[in-house]
Amino acid sequence: MPIQILMPALSPTMTEGTLAKWHKKEGDTVESGDILAEIETDKATMEVEAVEEGILGKILVPDGSEGVAVNEPIALLLEDGEDSSALDDAIVSALASKTLAPAKAEATLSAPTEPQFSSAVSAGDGSRVFASPLAKRMAIQAGIDLGSIRGSGPGGRIVKHDIESAVIGGVPPEPAIAPQAAAAPILVLEPAQGAAYREQPNSGMRKAIAQRLGDAKRNIPHFYLTVDCELDGLLELRKDLNARSPEGEGAYRVSVNDFVIRAAALAIRRVPNVNVSWTDSAILLYNDIDISVAVATPGGLITPIIRKADNKGLAVISSEMKDLASRARDGKLAPEEYQGGGLTISNLGMFGVKEFSAIINPPQSVILAVGAAEPRPVVKDGALAIATVMSCTLSVDHRSVDGAMGAQYLAVFKKLIEEPLTMLL
Amino acid sequence: MAETSFDIVIVGGGPGGYVTAIRAAQLGMKAAVVEREHLGGICLNWGCIPTKALLRSAEVYHNIQNAEAYGLSVTGASFDLAKVVARSRAIAKQLNQGVRGLLRKNKVAIIDGHGKLAGKGKVRVEKDGKVVADLTGKHILLATGARARLLPGLEPDGKLIWTYREAMVPETMPKSLLVVGSGAIGIEFASFYQDLGAEVTVVEVLPRILPVEDEEISAFAEKTFKKRGMTIHTGATVKSLKKGSNNVTATIEKNGKATDITVDRVILAVGIVGNVENIGLEGTRVKVDRTHVVIDEWSRTGEPGVYAIGDLTGPPWLAHKAEHEGVICVEKIAGVKDVHSLNVGNIPGCTYCRPQVASVGLTEAEAKEQGLTVKVGRFPFVGNGKAIALGEPEGLVKTIFDAKTGELLGAHMIGAEVTELIQGYTLARTLETTEAELIHTVFPHPTLSEMMHESVLDAYGRVIHF
Repeated sequence: MPIQILMPALSPTMTEGTLAKWHKKEGDTVESGDILAEIETDKATMEVEAVEEGILGKILVPDGSEGVAVNEPIALLLEDGEDSSALDDAIVSALASKTLAPAKAEATLSAPTEPQFSSAVSAGDGSRVFASPLAKRMAIQAGIDLGSIRGSGPGGRIVKHDIESAVIGGVPPEPAIAPQAAAAPILVLEPAQGAAYREQPNSGMRKAIAQRLGDAKRNIPHFYLTVDCELDGLLELRKDLNARSPEGEGAYRVSVNDFVIRAAALAIRRVPNVNVSWTDSAILLYNDIDISVAVATPGGLITPIIRKADNKGLAVISSEMKDLASRARDGKLAPEEYQGGGLTISNLGMFGVKEFSAIINPPQSVILAVGAAEPRPVVKDGALAIATVMSCTLSVDHRSVDGAMGAQYLAVFKKLIEEPLTMLL
Repeated sequence: MAETSFDIVIVGGGPGGYVTAIRAAQLGMKAAVVEREHLGGICLNWGCIPTKALLRSAEVYHNIQNAEAYGLSVTGASFDLAKVVARSRAIAKQLNQGVRGLLRKNKVAIIDGHGKLAGKGKVRVEKDGKVVADLTGKHILLATGARARLLPGLEPDGKLIWTYREAMVPETMPKSLLVVGSGAIGIEFASFYQDLGAEVTVVEVLPRILPVEDEEISAFAEKTFKKRGMTIHTGATVKSLKKGSNNVTATIEKNGKATDITVDRVILAVGIVGNVENIGLEGTRVKVDRTHVVIDEWSRTGEPGVYAIGDLTGPPWLAHKAEHEGVICVEKIAGVKDVHSLNVGNIPGCTYCRPQVASVGLTEAEAKEQGLTVKVGRFPFVGNGKAIALGEPEGLVKTIFDAKTGELLGAHMIGAEVTELIQGYTLARTLETTEAELIHTVFPHPTLSEMMHESVLDAYGRVIHF
């Protein structure tokens, strides 16, 4: 009796998928471990490996078939010594079982899933990837190729945390390997007719930026709030503080940005509901106040994190930030140093940008775009005066944070910046 | 003068401090431990170990009293409290000497006295009010531990009203006992004294005993203790303690109603506070929040070069948490590759009452609060052959899985020997296994551990023996 090859489940939640492409033709000899076909879901493309040996007798579901139910027979494999005459009965029974497929799907979930685990544990180049069982399963569910992730566990093992970071917040650390088919290309633009160009292949980092920020701008209903912060008091305090720095060990030089980081963190303490992530089932409220800071590197943008920034003083923030930024530029950050974070600060003030609106860094809900500190005319007590003013724009995810909440946060932030001594409290 | 300059000076020689010192020495650091009283700390001298010795005596006594059930006849069983206590003290002494030997073997300097910060990189050691040493350390690690929390109006006197310390060395057996607080410490003493024949009343301010455990386990424990004759008041407070000549009258308030009970002795076990006083924190940038030193994930305090671990830094107040924190801290200092900060969710907790309680990870309620969809498995001791053969048919193994990913979110056990079993689930969590690996694991028959397998099977609708 020919062996039925069934539509595999790529994840416990998968009920149907697309049979994208057969790698074997009818009549081909199949050895255990051979790639038979590619299956696509909305999340991933996976290869189906042969478990049994034989000759591919009959393809029941052709290339490009959509909506193929899990556990539906997709082909028949002739065992040693069987000839094609054995196929007829088998085709009848295979088609008969088709109607049963949905019912069977639940009961046999784990069995057909397993071969997929093995294909998921090898990287694109076929080398072995070490990952915890939980990480492997989560990667399959999220449609992530484990080869594209660097593990942070013992001996570089990929653990749950790495998958979570890759799903919700991470830029893949190894630019060389792009996720195989984790996401279908979103936009394909043809170059203008006749235009001369040269190709600069996209690095993994470039692709990750394109995908994540593309998704963010498309999916997150952004709104923007801008405040002007008067900076003279802060600049005075900064000068005073820096003048008191010891020589040699323990020396510090606090920047305006360090104040911004601390103010952003302290403001979260007062308005914690911006330090959140939207998910379909719940809003996740983070316990820790971790501030991501956008750093431009030759390869692209990366956002290292000052963890628990509300518990850190200006000198600590300053020295951590210098260290993170310099290692970011050298491409030497560990994944846990840039994956996560609850709020991102993007400062383009040093380029003279007056103000701008940033794209939210998912899964965060807010990003603070900081402009240049510049002398501007202001009205004080009914008279025109000059003050150093810095415009800050908060981009907010309206799904998780409403306007009033965002405004409240920004008001607290402004007050901290304008009365920097209160940051000591 | 002995050596006074070290790579690391550790203040406090409890389980956190001495283990950290040994690890530091293994990493090639010159380490010193400053200890004011006993190497091994509260854990070894006045906590974990001596109480286990007492509880073992109580367990053996309980088994002798139940000898009939095993077909054995024992007549005239009794106990000699002084000898029970002496055994417990001897065991503490033996292990204390063992720690001293381990430190010597690893060439860790042991400095006898009370250590406190005395300026950058300096620790001053005092004994009987006199300075005995001034040490310098490139790194200073505070591991000064914690002590029993005292509530106003409920002060211990060491005679009629005890803390854990007096409760561990009773001179006479109280006929009746009030235990205030039903955390691990309170419940272990309640169980011990109950087994030796005291009439025990437990008062807990929260709505259930063992409040950090899964609700089902708390309920199971309460039912079992009540069946043994213990009186338990939850959602109740002790308003006052009035001392008589050889007894104490306690006013217990529950639902706004006050009742008086008179008992021979009272044990206060209402939590612990960090030992943050008189260790030189004044004038440093070390931050203290509600008696605990604030640290980051690598045990750094706000003061550069000063670290803190263990009970001093807050819950869970467990020796094994302190040890791990200390090891991680020095490994980070030494620049060991691949150091990972401690995952609090993977720290198991054990209570050695009868029946024992052990757990790791999230409770069912906590998992649901996090918005997770869970699969819950349960397996009762009565379905396990080994449990029946042991004469221990009362207990439960509960497992909680993330329905989506199969992650083992938490495991909660009550019953005989569960404190020895919990590490199986802890290992599973640390390795991030899913239900699949647990189901594929072969558990030996006949053992209590089979229940751990069955509980997982139950979560996935595949339980065999129940």
